[in-house]
Amino acid sequence: MDRFLFLTFDGLSRGAVYAAFALALVLIWRATRIVNFAQGAMAVATAYVAYSVADATGSYWLGFIVALVAGLLIGAGVERVVMRFVDHSSPLNGVVVALGLVLIIQGVLGMIYGNEFRPAPAPFSRDAFNIGGVALLSRYDLFVFAAVGAVVVLLTLLFTRTPTGLRMRAAAFAPDVSRLLGVPVGGMLTLGWALAAAVGSLAGMLVIPTELGLHPTAMDIVFISAFTAAVLGGLDSPIGAVLGGLIVGLLLSYISGYLGATVAPMAVLALLVVVLLSRPDGLFSRSKARTA
Amino acid sequence: MSALLEVEGLTAGYGAAPVLHDVSLTVEPGQIVAVLGANGAGKSTLLRTLSGLLPATSGRVTFDGQDLRGIKVERMVHHGIAHVPEGRGVVTELTVDENLRLGGLWRKPQPPLEPIYELFPRLAERRGHLGHQLSGGERQMLAIGRALAAQPRLLLLDEPSLGLAPKITAQIMALLRDLRDRTGLAVLLVEQNVRSALSIADQGVVLSLGRIVTRHDAATLVDDADLRHAYLGF
Repeated sequence: MDRFLFLTFDGLSRGAVYAAFALALVLIWRATRIVNFAQGAMAVATAYVAYSVADATGSYWLGFIVALVAGLLIGAGVERVVMRFVDHSSPLNGVVVALGLVLIIQGVLGMIYGNEFRPAPAPFSRDAFNIGGVALLSRYDLFVFAAVGAVVVLLTLLFTRTPTGLRMRAAAFAPDVSRLLGVPVGGMLTLGWALAAAVGSLAGMLVIPTELGLHPTAMDIVFISAFTAAVLGGLDSPIGAVLGGLIVGLLLSYISGYLGATVAPMAVLALLVVVLLSRPDGLFSRSKARTA
Repeated sequence: MSALLEVEGLTAGYGAAPVLHDVSLTVEPGQIVAVLGANGAGKSTLLRTLSGLLPATSGRVTFDGQDLRGIKVERMVHHGIAHVPEGRGVVTELTVDENLRLGGLWRKPQPPLEPIYELFPRLAERRGHLGHQLSGGERQMLAIGRALAAQPRLLLLDEPSLGLAPKITAQIMALLRDLRDRTGLAVLLVEQNVRSALSIADQGVVLSLGRIVTRHDAATLVDDADLRHAYLGF
């Protein structure tokens, strides 16, 4: 029972990271119908920058803020410089361009920082403290929950309570009509990419210290887990992405806890296949799949 | 009185093939001008070109004396032009209230929505409903109400009667006439439903294969049997 509880909390902590990363994928999918396969590489790039700053200044938190700001910038840059010019007549075009970006970003990171793992220390202890004699949560887990919770709350407030959020939703759902109503749709897309990439950077900063450290491909497996979470949630649904992330996190935690850590990556892929075959619209999608 | 909207020699279309040829027309302040014609005559293309969704290949459009060339779609509403596109353009994933707010969002301070709800009490009852939960008539009211929330001087209205019961169409037409009389709103009204359009229009313009073939007072078009037969088919 103790073990089950431990795996549950560990799974929720990882799941929270997947939830944030899946949320970033959903933000971009809703706005542009592109699955941003480059999101993992973009997040790693900002994490490298963050740790460079942290190393140089000795302040993790300065690096953390730099990661988020770099996320905003790289997201806006990718939309303005690359994605805006992708021909949307075939959905494959965006995928191919995003995969190309992955290769470029990972190549450049390898050239600058080298293709070896570099240490990425966590800002809080990752040792679980005891609650009633059972070691369940570490301070770092609490930090993860707080950070992801804050992002979910802030994004919800942005989208439901502010004029900018209303503009962003309208621009995503009906670009031409929105322009007729005076919404600067191009600007909203840039903002959406910037926010999504910043959320992706946050997820990267949260997950990288819990794994082997910084590496150009450090987010590849995380991407697959988060993508599975987003698909599980229906790709269109922010709530679905968050729930999907938690479900995937729990499932992976139980599988690696009871069956062995080597099975976990295969389990993610198996789950992705099962979801795509049985519920391609996801578990939480309200409407039937829209065509582009 | 100088014209509010002046279109001179407008040619536009999709790709290399022009749909509109050398179209000229004017709309005075407080005037309702009906653009009539068969399917494919270029009526919607005309509105889409005027609001900037389609680039014009040649010609001049001036609004209140200002050249509209090069003005972005999203700026048109700032100049006082609101376009209700064909198929109504309600954002079906947003609520009635959010759709209406969107109409006046660019104005600072944002205009109150109560006058719109007074105009369309039905919308007030459904303000929390999502767009896709509305009936066709309600969507049309919402699309028009949302355009009015921008407090435009010219309304470009594309096929408001499409798919609506005659009674609802009549309500909408009466509302337009009332707005024109009360606020001096000018309307460029594209319609397939010739009778209901001419019932409120001051002038009628007939488009055929992208050209203006005739332009008359609405009353003349309705009363003159020859004109009716020749251009309107009834």
